[in-house]
Amino acid sequence: MSALAAYATSTGEAFQFWILGTVAVIGALCTILMRKAVHSALCLAGTMIILAVFYLANGAYFLGIVQIVVYTGAIMMLFLFVVMLVGVTAADSVKETIKGQRWWAAACGLGFGVLLFAGIGNASLDEFTGLGAANTAHGGNVEGLATLIFTKYVFAFEITGALLITASVGAMVLTHRERTERARTQRELAERRVREGKHLPPLPAPGVYARHNAVDVPGLLPDGTPSELTVISTLRERGQVRDVSAEALADLKALEQRSAERLGRGRDEAREGKEATR
Amino acid sequence: MNPVNYLYLAALLFTIGAVGVLIRRNAIVVFMCVELMLNACNLAFVTFSRMHGNLDGQIIAFFTMVVAAAEVVVGLAIIVSVFRSRHSASVDDASLMKL
Amino acid sequence: MDNLIALLIAAPLLGAAVLLCGGRRLDKTGHWLGTLLAAVSFATAVALFADMLGKGADDRAMHQRLFSWIPVEGFQADIAFQLDQLSMTFVLLITGVGTLIHVYSIGYMEHDERRRRFFGYLNLFVAAMLLLVLADNYLLLYFGWEGVGLASYLLIGFWQHKPSAATAAKKAFLVNRVGDIGLSIAIMLMFTTFGTFAFGPVLASAENATEGKLTAIGLMLLLAACGKSAQVPLQSWLGDAMEGPTPVSALIHAATMVTAGVYLIVRSADIFNAAPDAQLVVTIVGAVTLLFGAIVGCAKDDIKKALAGSTMSQIGYMILAAGLGPVGYVFAIMHLVTHGFFKAGLFLGAGSVMHGMNDEVDMRKYGGLRKYMPVTFITFGLGYLAIIGFPGLSGFFSKDKIIEAAFAKGGTEGWILGAVTLLGAAVTAYYMTRVMLMTFFGEKRWQPDADGRPPHPHESPKSMLVPMILLAVGSVGGGAVFEFSGFTEWLEPVTGFDHGHAPISAAAVTAATVAVMVIGVGLAYLQYGRKPVPVVAPRGSLLTRAARRDLLQDDLNHAVFVTGGTHLTRSLVYVDHTLVDGVVNGTAASVGGLSGRLRKLQNGYVRSYAVSMLGGTAVLIAATLLMRAV
Repeated sequence: MSALAAYATSTGEAFQFWILGTVAVIGALCTILMRKAVHSALCLAGTMIILAVFYLANGAYFLGIVQIVVYTGAIMMLFLFVVMLVGVTAADSVKETIKGQRWWAAACGLGFGVLLFAGIGNASLDEFTGLGAANTAHGGNVEGLATLIFTKYVFAFEITGALLITASVGAMVLTHRERTERARTQRELAERRVREGKHLPPLPAPGVYARHNAVDVPGLLPDGTPSELTVISTLRERGQVRDVSAEALADLKALEQRSAERLGRGRDEAREGKEATR
Repeated sequence: MNPVNYLYLAALLFTIGAVGVLIRRNAIVVFMCVELMLNACNLAFVTFSRMHGNLDGQIIAFFTMVVAAAEVVVGLAIIVSVFRSRHSASVDDASLMKL
Repeated sequence: MDNLIALLIAAPLLGAAVLLCGGRRLDKTGHWLGTLLAAVSFATAVALFADMLGKGADDRAMHQRLFSWIPVEGFQADIAFQLDQLSMTFVLLITGVGTLIHVYSIGYMEHDERRRRFFGYLNLFVAAMLLLVLADNYLLLYFGWEGVGLASYLLIGFWQHKPSAATAAKKAFLVNRVGDIGLSIAIMLMFTTFGTFAFGPVLASAENATEGKLTAIGLMLLLAACGKSAQVPLQSWLGDAMEGPTPVSALIHAATMVTAGVYLIVRSADIFNAAPDAQLVVTIVGAVTLLFGAIVGCAKDDIKKALAGSTMSQIGYMILAAGLGPVGYVFAIMHLVTHGFFKAGLFLGAGSVMHGMNDEVDMRKYGGLRKYMPVTFITFGLGYLAIIGFPGLSGFFSKDKIIEAAFAKGGTEGWILGAVTLLGAAVTAYYMTRVMLMTFFGEKRWQPDADGRPPHPHESPKSMLVPMILLAVGSVGGGAVFEFSGFTEWLEPVTGFDHGHAPISAAAVTAATVAVMVIGVGLAYLQYGRKPVPVVAPRGSLLTRAARRDLLQDDLNHAVFVTGGTHLTRSLVYVDHTLVDGVVNGTAASVGGLSGRLRKLQNGYVRSYAVSMLGGTAVLIAATLLMRAV
């Protein structure tokens, strides 16, 4: 493969490029067009894996693996983690709020892309050396990179180490919240609850039915309306409460009808009941 | 196929990422688009490495990854803390610095 | 003896400082202190005079250098005094008449509760005036010049509760500023021309400078003299200055300060001698003022203003004489001294009359006072005879000499100037006779004053009468003393002297002078002695009405300077508002408008900023590509 890569790529690589390249572009477009962040993240992960394949195809074996392990495996998962934290199902509104932003974005993006393409097309990039010699000089791609990192780029390497340490400390500082007062004990919490007199007993449990056994389904009050209190506040804030009251009332009605038929009530009564519900 | 096509692909991905930064309001997605742009650059570096027949381009791409990792850590921490204080991850909501 | 010169100034200066800073505890004794210190100065002057007479004619000048005032490289000014014959004459006049007027003021200002302050100002004036005449350089002279201006301002406006007095003081101050600018320019010109402004070097090297520069300096000095000595065109302040107390009018606005201009010109004799054009302008100014003042004096019914017109006219004589060059300098000073005596005496007499007439100043409301104020009548009458040039009295000698000198100028100019001076003598006789007749003769035309009190004319207290008597003696004898004691030889070392060549004999000039005087007196007698004087002024001819308004001088000033200045400033304001402000405001508005539009880019949305970043990057790439293409 490295020998062939001297002036032109092999047909196989060309085939791979056109197929995977198309997929990568589609993935990138999906990343920016999907309304849900989690979908975007997944599309991006796909694009990155394809890029890893391209790295491998270009002879950067080490980078290709690192791309999969570090980027796709670690960084994208970190993204997903944060997406979960912020709200996995929350979909972005497609309505643009800044006047003219889309037009400007389209114009600038188009102009920028055209100029980039023009620049690449202008550059004399016909000479192609290939990585064969470079990769074999030190006994392989990884060894070659290691030689460079620990000799020529050792200072940059050390500095990036310092950068990583700083970044992790910074992340902790940013997300850490200092507790400014003593945590309340169970006893104090109970006393406060009694003093406020709002909810002495524990909050009601979410609705648990034969077909729905989930924390996002509110329990129904005796008149059939859902009670918000039964769903945890996080889901309420995100607006992820699933309202099944209509279904439940319909089910209830059907149940009553069936039981009435079973108990031998007259059809007329049942019909009247139907008309009443209409 | 001329490997220059990799460069065109990198340019395309970069442009898509840039437009994504401009049109998305969710800070996490914006961040993902930045990552996409970084990856496009990496692809260009790797291609250049192959063109010139030395490994320096790959070294740069490697450092880019490291810096991107550091950036992601800090950036996501910022997003999380902003979300905690404002209950929103929209970049438009943090628009207090205006006249 | 040289070191006594400073004492001349120090005594009144000390008096001014003590009286003005001393506060109310000096109210009872302050006037005595002021008078005493003026007398000390006079005594010192007499001692110095006696010492000077004992020396030879050429080494009479004394010098005293106190300290270096402004020691800058190339610009040296000293506090130094020079007492020569010219200064001596002035010093004796200032301290002598000044002391007498101090004494007079003790009685005149008796009922004024601010008498202490008045004496402080008088002492300040005497000190400043002495500084003016004793300075040995032009810069120190300028200091004294401004000092007398300040004292004059303070004393004219002494009764500041009267709006007319406050306005008159302001007017005098402003008009004097115009003249002062002339003096300062003259001093600057001297410095650029001669590199110094000490009298000695400047006057000694005056010959070496170009005539153009000397003419410029001379004209500037003349402007200064016009301001201080109330000469046309800067004479308008003197009439209004009569709002001040009468002793002030006598001392400052008749005897001493207003003659400072004459002193300046005579002192700068060498400069004027070398600049004939400037000299000609000086004589013209003198001749015009001579007639101007005389005509104004004829029309005024206010006794002090009539005398002020006379002062203007008499100083016109002096300026004219000073403009004649060495022929006239001595006579200018001689007339200045005799005028100092008789005009001060006349003013004191007028003050005495006002004192007895409830401060009435309108002569039409006097009449027949000679029986009620015999001493005032006699002293005033002697001053009157002196000023009209009655043979044997002081005015006769000095004025006669000036008329002779005017004729001696030679040529057509000489004839014109001679005729003007003779005409002036006739008019002087006319208006002074008018004053005399309206005040002391005829029937009583007394009117009750504003409070309804009829006047009870009475003789003034002794403190007022004694100075009047002494000044009357000076008016009678001064001229003869000068004439026969060799005043010409006394001043000659300083001013130079030249007999000139009169086209007509001295006897003829004297005869003509006496003749025109008699004509003037006769005309006035026909108009005011034979016929009763109406209490309300008749409408009068066009000239009379103009003369009552100071020959429209104030109207002219108003039309030219006030109205013109207003229009100028209005147009400047218009230009400032439209053009300057327009440019400034327009710049600000356009920047503001542009900023207002640019501000919309600062919307706080990070995505908008990202668009501009991307756009900027695109532009950069485009520029790079273009550069490569080129």
